[in-house]
Amino acid sequence: MLKLHNIHGGLRLEGHKAESLQRGLLQATLPERLFLPLRQHIGDHNKPQAEIGERVLKGQVIASDSALICAAVHAPTSGTISAIENYPVAHPSGKTDTCIVIDVDGDDKAVEPILADLENLTPGEKIELICRAGIVGLGGAVFPTSPKLSRGKVQGIDTLIINGVECEPYITCDDILMRFNAAEVIRATGYLQRILAPRTTYIAIEDNKPEAIAAMAQALTQHPLQNTEITPIPTIYPSGGEKQLVQILTGKEVPHGQLAFDIGLFCQNVGTCAAITRALEKDEPLISRVVTITGDNIAQPGNWEARLGTPISHLIELAGGYRHDASGHLVMGGSMMGFALSGNEVPIVKASNCIMVMREETIPTSPGYHDECIRCSKCTEVCPAQLLPQQLYWHARARAYERTQEFHLFDCIECGCCSTVCPSRIPLVQYYRAAKSEIRAAQKAQFKSDHARLRFEFREKRLQLKKQQDEERRRLKREALQKKNTRPGNEKPMADPVQAALDRVKARKKLAQED
Amino acid sequence: MFVAIFTISLMAGVFGLILGYAAIRFKVEGNPIVDQIDALLPQTQCGQCTYAGCRPYAEAIANGEAPINQCPPGGQATIVALASLLDTEVLDLNAEHGEHLEVPLLAVIDEQTCIGCTLCIQACPVDAILGAAKQMHTVIADECTGCELCLPPCPVDCIDMVPTEQSIDDWKWSAPLDPLELAQDA
Repeated sequence: MLKLHNIHGGLRLEGHKAESLQRGLLQATLPERLFLPLRQHIGDHNKPQAEIGERVLKGQVIASDSALICAAVHAPTSGTISAIENYPVAHPSGKTDTCIVIDVDGDDKAVEPILADLENLTPGEKIELICRAGIVGLGGAVFPTSPKLSRGKVQGIDTLIINGVECEPYITCDDILMRFNAAEVIRATGYLQRILAPRTTYIAIEDNKPEAIAAMAQALTQHPLQNTEITPIPTIYPSGGEKQLVQILTGKEVPHGQLAFDIGLFCQNVGTCAAITRALEKDEPLISRVVTITGDNIAQPGNWEARLGTPISHLIELAGGYRHDASGHLVMGGSMMGFALSGNEVPIVKASNCIMVMREETIPTSPGYHDECIRCSKCTEVCPAQLLPQQLYWHARARAYERTQEFHLFDCIECGCCSTVCPSRIPLVQYYRAAKSEIRAAQKAQFKSDHARLRFEFREKRLQLKKQQDEERRRLKREALQKKNTRPGNEKPMADPVQAALDRVKARKKLAQED
Repeated sequence: MFVAIFTISLMAGVFGLILGYAAIRFKVEGNPIVDQIDALLPQTQCGQCTYAGCRPYAEAIANGEAPINQCPPGGQATIVALASLLDTEVLDLNAEHGEHLEVPLLAVIDEQTCIGCTLCIQACPVDAILGAAKQMHTVIADECTGCELCLPPCPVDCIDMVPTEQSIDDWKWSAPLDPLELAQDA
């Protein structure tokens, strides 16, 4: 049995998980229309690969790009593309983004799968299949999986960690997935082991999920893997964060500015694992995911396997509608790190692990005001990244962004522990997020002005060079002309060529007259 | 006493030689403070500061000829950065020179009206306009800094300045309301 390590801080939170675990894994029906945002991952933008009016089949690529950090979007079912325009998407800004709208025809006709011979595929070919399937990290970060695997393979991986921790309150999609699709997760673990060749593998699950642990253990006996251990870890928030989980399992800390694979560790969420198995075994791209619909304003909470692009309103209907009235709040994610959605027309995307349907009273829209910091330092005690939230708060509030970076603002994982324990109800994470936005915007502006300076200096140099060249040409021409106009040895200028021609004509005429 | 005078003179001579050598060996080309100021300016070369471009303005600031609040494209953020670099007081943007726009502008050429005179191409400080004589011109949107220098030379007024499109990536989290400011307003 592995000796576990402790993380700094963290919180024991009320789970609110039982409500959505009663009904198992349900299959969501197809809505009439699917709304697929072009970009559902972190990284470069996709371009539409289908046209309005085109009939698409389930699994067909409808948006992609050749950039490295990119994940294609596939049609989740068959139908006709009726529009490519801006629609509300799941984003904290509440803004719209370009979506491909598919009018569902109900046939659910799929593209013919091309089944690969998995035994004879090289790791590179497996990564290529995962790339084609548009798989991203389904734990919440939605980082494209194939570049992560390629990088991990180059760096060399010592320990593979399968993350089934799911520590945030309300979210149960990974729990349900492990209970009902444990075999897929275990088989994916095997594929990842063959790609990355780690020495050991830990499958980490929080000890408040005994059913999931049992299901995974049974699947592991059916599909035995070498040096693989299912590791129950204590229930404490945020132990599912990548850096925190690494610390719990190995005692190592991921250094500032680095990622887990820089120190030989590779974390992958269980949902992503299931998607990898489907991509490799069935040539099925990422077109659906398990979503938890829960909260105190939903009639029958549960977990649905829903096609990407399904409007949340459709899932709310499947969950028996609102318990009270429709005026409440929708939050994507859990109660700690989730963000409010603009409305129930927002579609499910690759990042949608949980939709909380809450009553107005439960989550206040915006505190509006907060009290002053009383320097109790409770935030410092609970910070799992061992930062100084109070110092960060002072500097972020004073807009002293350079100072926030000196206090390692960008190591903040925005888990929300500090805001939760603050007796003055200071929305600390909001201060940090705002400061991060400002710093990123300033970096972008700096990049743009540096680029403009380069172009300006290049232009100045070019104009200077052109001026010099013109000058030089003029000088050469002048010299050549002078040479031409002066006979060698004789300083007398040459006769005017026009006058000479006239003289010749005159002479010829005279000659003709004389004849 | 002579030993003391001799020792001091010798030391003065040796240090003089070292300093003299260092002055030649580690000579700094140009004025480094001008480079540092120039790095903080937004490089639009728009001339709203009344200088011929960002670098001349940086030189003027370094020589103490110009105050730091004459750059509308940079806005308050640039003034704060300059003040912290030069250790001077933070000033408000001088309204005489123009207004700071939160969303930067982008030049757009109305291609129907453009007669292909190349005057705007010659005016653009960052080579962001593409075209040739009697050929239609167009602006490379990613390179345009929104300096408006292409507007005056255009004989047919076919260039328009529009706000750049703000995508979801440009969105910023807003900071919570400051309790002190709230108290002052109340």
